[in-house]
Amino acid sequence: MPCEGTRLRFPPCPTARTPFPLVLCAVGPGRRRLPRVGARMTLAARCRQAESGPRCGGLRQRRPRRPAGEPSRPSPPPRAWAPLEARVGVGVWAPLASVTLLSFASRFYRLSEPPHVCWDETHFGKMGSYYINRTFFFDVHPPLGKMLIGLAGYLSGYDGTFPFQKPGDRYEHHNYIGMRGFCAFLGSCLVPFCYLTVLELSKSLSAALLAASILIFDTGCITLSQYILLDPILMFFLMGAVLSMVKYNSCADRPFSTPWWFWLSLTGVNLAGAIGVKFVGLFVVLLVGLNTVYDLWELLGDLSLSLVALGKHLLARVFCLILLPLALYTAQFAVHFAVLNKSGPGDGFFSSAFQSRLIGNNLHNVSVPEHLAYGSVITMKNLRMAGGYLHSHWHLYPEGVGARQQQVTAYLHKDLNNLWVIKKHDSNTDHLDPSHSVEFVRHGDVIRLEHKETSRNLHSHQQEAPMTRKHFQVTGYGINGTGDANDFWRIEVVGRKAGKRIKVLRSQIRLTHLATGCILGSSGKTLPKWGWEQVEVTCTPYVKETPNALWNVEDHINPKLPNISLDVLKPSFPEILLESHMVMIRGNSGLKPKENEVTSKPWHWPINYQGLRFSGVNETDYRVYLLGNPVVWWLNLVTIGLYLLMVTCAIVAMKRGVQLTAELKELFEVLLHSGGKIMLGWLLHYLPFFMMGRVLYFHHYFPAMLFSSMLTGITWDTLLKFFAGCLSCFVGRRVYTYGMLALMLLIVYSFYLFHPLSYGMVGPMASDPNSPMTGLRWLESWEF
Amino acid sequence: MVTAAVFFSHFAFRGLNKPLCRMLEFLKQPVVVTAEINVNLVALTVMGLVNRLWALSYPRAVVFDEVYYGQFVSLYMKRIFFVDDSGPPFGHMLLAFGGYLGGFDGNFLWNRIGAEYSMNVPVWSLRLLPALSGALCVPLAYQILVELHFSHCAAFGAALLILFENSLITQSRLMLLESVLIFFVLLAILSYLKFYNLQKCSPFTAGWWFWLLLTGVACSCAVGVKYMGLFTYMLLLAIAGVHSWHLIGDQTLSNVSVLCHLLARGLALVVIPVAMYLSFFYVHLTLLYRSGPHDQIMTSAFQASLEGGLARITQGQPLEVAYGSQITLRNVLGKPMPCWLHSHKNTYPIRYENGRGSSHQQQVTCYPFKDVNNWWIVKDPGMQQLVVSNPPRPVRHGHIVQLVHGITTRYLNTHDVAAPLSPHSQEISCYVDYNISMPAQSLWRVEIVNRESDTDVWKTILSEVRFVHVNTSAVLKLSGASLPEWGYRQLEIIGEKLSKGYHQSMLWNVEEHRYGKSQEQKEREVELHSPTQADISKNLSFMARFTELQWKILTLKNEDTEHKYSSSPLDWITMDTNIAYWFHPISGAQIHLIGNVLTWASANVATLVYVCLFLWYLLRRRRKICDIPEDAWGLWVSAGGLCVGGWAVNYLPFFMMEKTLFLYHYLPALTFQILLIPVVLQHLTDHLCRSQLRKSVFSALMVAWFSSIYLVYRTFSPLTYGEPTLSAAELRALRWKESWDILIRKQ
Repeated sequence: MPCEGTRLRFPPCPTARTPFPLVLCAVGPGRRRLPRVGARMTLAARCRQAESGPRCGGLRQRRPRRPAGEPSRPSPPPRAWAPLEARVGVGVWAPLASVTLLSFASRFYRLSEPPHVCWDETHFGKMGSYYINRTFFFDVHPPLGKMLIGLAGYLSGYDGTFPFQKPGDRYEHHNYIGMRGFCAFLGSCLVPFCYLTVLELSKSLSAALLAASILIFDTGCITLSQYILLDPILMFFLMGAVLSMVKYNSCADRPFSTPWWFWLSLTGVNLAGAIGVKFVGLFVVLLVGLNTVYDLWELLGDLSLSLVALGKHLLARVFCLILLPLALYTAQFAVHFAVLNKSGPGDGFFSSAFQSRLIGNNLHNVSVPEHLAYGSVITMKNLRMAGGYLHSHWHLYPEGVGARQQQVTAYLHKDLNNLWVIKKHDSNTDHLDPSHSVEFVRHGDVIRLEHKETSRNLHSHQQEAPMTRKHFQVTGYGINGTGDANDFWRIEVVGRKAGKRIKVLRSQIRLTHLATGCILGSSGKTLPKWGWEQVEVTCTPYVKETPNALWNVEDHINPKLPNISLDVLKPSFPEILLESHMVMIRGNSGLKPKENEVTSKPWHWPINYQGLRFSGVNETDYRVYLLGNPVVWWLNLVTIGLYLLMVTCAIVAMKRGVQLTAELKELFEVLLHSGGKIMLGWLLHYLPFFMMGRVLYFHHYFPAMLFSSMLTGITWDTLLKFFAGCLSCFVGRRVYTYGMLALMLLIVYSFYLFHPLSYGMVGPMASDPNSPMTGLRWLESWEF
Repeated sequence: MVTAAVFFSHFAFRGLNKPLCRMLEFLKQPVVVTAEINVNLVALTVMGLVNRLWALSYPRAVVFDEVYYGQFVSLYMKRIFFVDDSGPPFGHMLLAFGGYLGGFDGNFLWNRIGAEYSMNVPVWSLRLLPALSGALCVPLAYQILVELHFSHCAAFGAALLILFENSLITQSRLMLLESVLIFFVLLAILSYLKFYNLQKCSPFTAGWWFWLLLTGVACSCAVGVKYMGLFTYMLLLAIAGVHSWHLIGDQTLSNVSVLCHLLARGLALVVIPVAMYLSFFYVHLTLLYRSGPHDQIMTSAFQASLEGGLARITQGQPLEVAYGSQITLRNVLGKPMPCWLHSHKNTYPIRYENGRGSSHQQQVTCYPFKDVNNWWIVKDPGMQQLVVSNPPRPVRHGHIVQLVHGITTRYLNTHDVAAPLSPHSQEISCYVDYNISMPAQSLWRVEIVNRESDTDVWKTILSEVRFVHVNTSAVLKLSGASLPEWGYRQLEIIGEKLSKGYHQSMLWNVEEHRYGKSQEQKEREVELHSPTQADISKNLSFMARFTELQWKILTLKNEDTEHKYSSSPLDWITMDTNIAYWFHPISGAQIHLIGNVLTWASANVATLVYVCLFLWYLLRRRRKICDIPEDAWGLWVSAGGLCVGGWAVNYLPFFMMEKTLFLYHYLPALTFQILLIPVVLQHLTDHLCRSQLRKSVFSALMVAWFSSIYLVYRTFSPLTYGEPTLSAAELRALRWKESWDILIRKQ
């Protein structure tokens, strides 16, 4: 056996370019013999040889050179980590099953604890109950999540009677496990989804295992999955969308095959689910959208594809990723409106027409006098989306805001102060006096509107309105109905001729101020504290046909007129869909932090700066604290930096034309493409929060955290493979295996330390030396 | 005019660039100076100057935002410190420089638009710098198009469009900053293009360095004038990034030379702008050393560094707070207004309006004015004395103290009673012993937040302190709400039980401080009323002052002031709104910010055409169908990237801004959009008008179009220059759009 020396010589780094002949070298007595190979002979091949024992000496083996520019993709060469990967093909189910099992075990453990309402359960549990009771409510999020919670509660035997008044209320005999169990089930599915996604992206079992174990052992993910919240549902659909996107991407070589269609349409379904739960789902839509654009761009550059084929590709995507989600999303709302058919706390946010759909609302099957008459008591609702009722109350405009007269506002809720009496402009007679005959109000009449509670007249004058400075101020003026000429308004109906009567609900009314010619309208701006944060009402001198300046009469009381059951304008489905969206958007932008309130900032989140108290404050309470496992989160944070560094090195090396081995090229491919997708997902789910003006909470980061965890799996796997590739196969494999094992052990150990955060702490606080959490309060801002 | 000609001419020196060792050889040859004068440039500059500088000091009255910038010019002249949240100080300094050249003494009350200037205000020189920058934008536009490799004809067209743009003229003829901003933005673009064009043939020569450095300097000036400049800076950085990326891919360059290239760019485009930006603040803070109207916004330490004001009071105070010290405590956040911890004889009402009860103890509030009731005495809980012992015993981080209200001698206290306006927090009171089962809980732990070690001493002005209640661990905090009548509208103070991390509203610093000497209450009252003695000054480092000022500029929120002429970004594209800048009360002459309608419309069309054509070419090229030659495509992409990109970065971000917006915010974006017009036109003539006939028709159309632009300019120039005065009928005729607000006096 020829030998070069007695010392162990490691084969050169695979980046070396010169091919070496295969030479066996004796290493010394008792040691294994290592074949020495060059770069052409990949490390994996070496390892396999090493495993199969030394070959006979003198055997020279060279892989045939591939001709340059070979069109078909070379079959992937086996690698140093091949044995680990071999399992991908064979025992793909074993790791998946164990990961899933662990995930379910960790989420369902002590699910029923604490048996009281925790944190936002008070909202979402309550909304689930609303679905069971079929009462209409208003929320800033789309309905799917709450609908599913309601369904889960219904199926598990919850009867919707628990009031969910405030956090800390005990459930007693009410069945809440069903709803929590449903959320925990969806939360547990995240782990296998993440596992499969990473596996598909990196084709590496250990990367997938690492990512999955991060999610299994993260206290934050566990806590967030254990309660009746929207987040597990949102994350379920989000991860589902990512997984199916990745799957359909990897079917790209067989377009229009059954799996391709399956995954493509599943992506669409999941997208609909994600936006149906919260509008944050839009970010994943953006991710899938960008991915699809890139995909189509690649197809466009493929000249072997005809334009017809391209059109088919485009249409398939338009159908599955745009039309299908839109249809499903709309369907959710159809179910939502069909289920919630009783009047409830959310009525006032919607228009009169909308409310007439709800059983129990005073507009449902309403029977009111049809035509307005003098002396009628009415409420007037603004026609803009989420417009309020014309309102006044015993408060004056503060000094410096126009004239110091009584405020007139638009108010979203039903209230006695919304009532106005129509009077003739020139007389103050009581029209309800039975001796008078009924006189109807007609298009073009000049009227006076008297506020019923305060007996002041609707008034305007040439003073600046409080918020919209270009408009005139509207006030309540006069005593007991006696005011001045600025109280006169001309009432007109849009699209009608003079002299016609005015109808309840159906007539769109415009009130023109007689003296200045301005038009009564609601600007939609919220007044400051002095105006009780109601909506501003102004008189606009610009004559425009906008819904802001149009009103309709909603309630109408006139005992002298016969009540007629009106088959009121039933709004069509697109109308209510549009209206509910406008109301939701307004509601979302209204969630502004108050002054001097300590709020969570986006930069706090990745560093796990501060958690959220889910339950319990005092020493004797059962305390649950939503906080990520710090080891995991900081590992994720470091990894993002590491990933950027690695990518920079890789692309600069490629740009500078460094010759790379096929093996390294493949590593880079995974790093750039698979890692890039995940990185993009993280950015899309994190950066937009910096620009949001609304109140933010720590749990908003969790979707981004999912991406960050997957990135960690891929990045460390690639890094360790890279190092393993540089070392000899034996040491390399060790480094790779032990590195992965060390990372996972670290994660498990840190979970052991921090598990009381999610499974409940009782007893002294962490500052007390007797507490189990002593010494674990690594940041002063953590409150446990 | 001669100076301008020299400035813009190209000099070619021959025989001057010989190596050093052969320095003297040039004596052997005659020295020849050849001057190339680009007559186009000279003509454009002259026209620009005439157009912008004509009758500059008319009207001799405050026009629109001059009322805003003028007050800062005056403060500069008087060296009085101010904070302006609208932007960094360089722009204000430039305007003030104009005032300095004109010998302005700063004595003018800037209170009303339309007020006549008094004789001491050098109107001409105040408006000179913006007008000059506006005038120089014209030749800059020409140069930019030339550097983008477009024909001189196209370049000349671009310059003419800028020249006849009414809105740009109005904006540059007044003491406003937009024209200065646009000038620096265009200068930055031009110098980058010059640099990039030199890159191919002669890197690392003097000219190359000059243009590279000028890019950085112009960028920092643009950012220094208005934060809007940041958008263009980012665009240039992105373009430079792409170009550097190509450079990295250039394998004919060695690794070292690539590194040198990258380092040079990093130095010129990042390091120098940052340094310049800091230097603006350095000059700003050096110039303004006197205390003034905005002192209250700043922290005590900052105020103490200004001459007069707080410095006069705090000079010579003892530095270390000791047991027995008499102090006033200022809230560090100071929002909604700066205030001091305060108490007075009045108690909380037994029942509030909403029916909740209170402890009926003495009110503790935060009071926005200096008052003798703001004085508190630091007391050691273990001792009775209220004077400082000799030697003084300083209070350190973690010590437990009691705070005694100076005038009423009651202890600062909190207990499990809901605060008046924030029911989730504890009430803070000064303890009154009613002999009921409510014990005094007046022990507070002092936590110095900005400490360096755990044994730090509590320092006057410098230390930011949290007071943590010992019994309930509540933190003393300013809630921001103001109390109703019974609390004299002062600000509410609460004990925050669930303190979520640090917030500045929980931090306090000692502002005024003296060592208490008198044990007797009567003597002490006299002592509290007497002014503190004086003598040391606190010198804050420049970086500390810069950081604070920068932070305040960025976070200061003015009350949302709705303005009559504010508009939304969507109105800008179609110019649905205008701004009336000035109106002569007697003659009815008026100045409006109103653009050249035709130019705006053409610019929009050009953008649309560009985007459509670009997408068309892009998709076709992907399918390997090339409609235009490769170099034309490169030109098309680079010119469009610059112009459309410049338009987009200067326009789109406004959709996300919540502040009050005006039409003039659109002008930088408009400038870029105007530059795009000739780009598109030349592309259309070169590549889409194939036959000679079409070309001639196209040129004829061009001439007609240019003439109409000139006509529109002439038509609206009375509103641009404010003269001649128009009759009501003429004004009505100028109201081309319903939404325009042209002031017509009622007869």
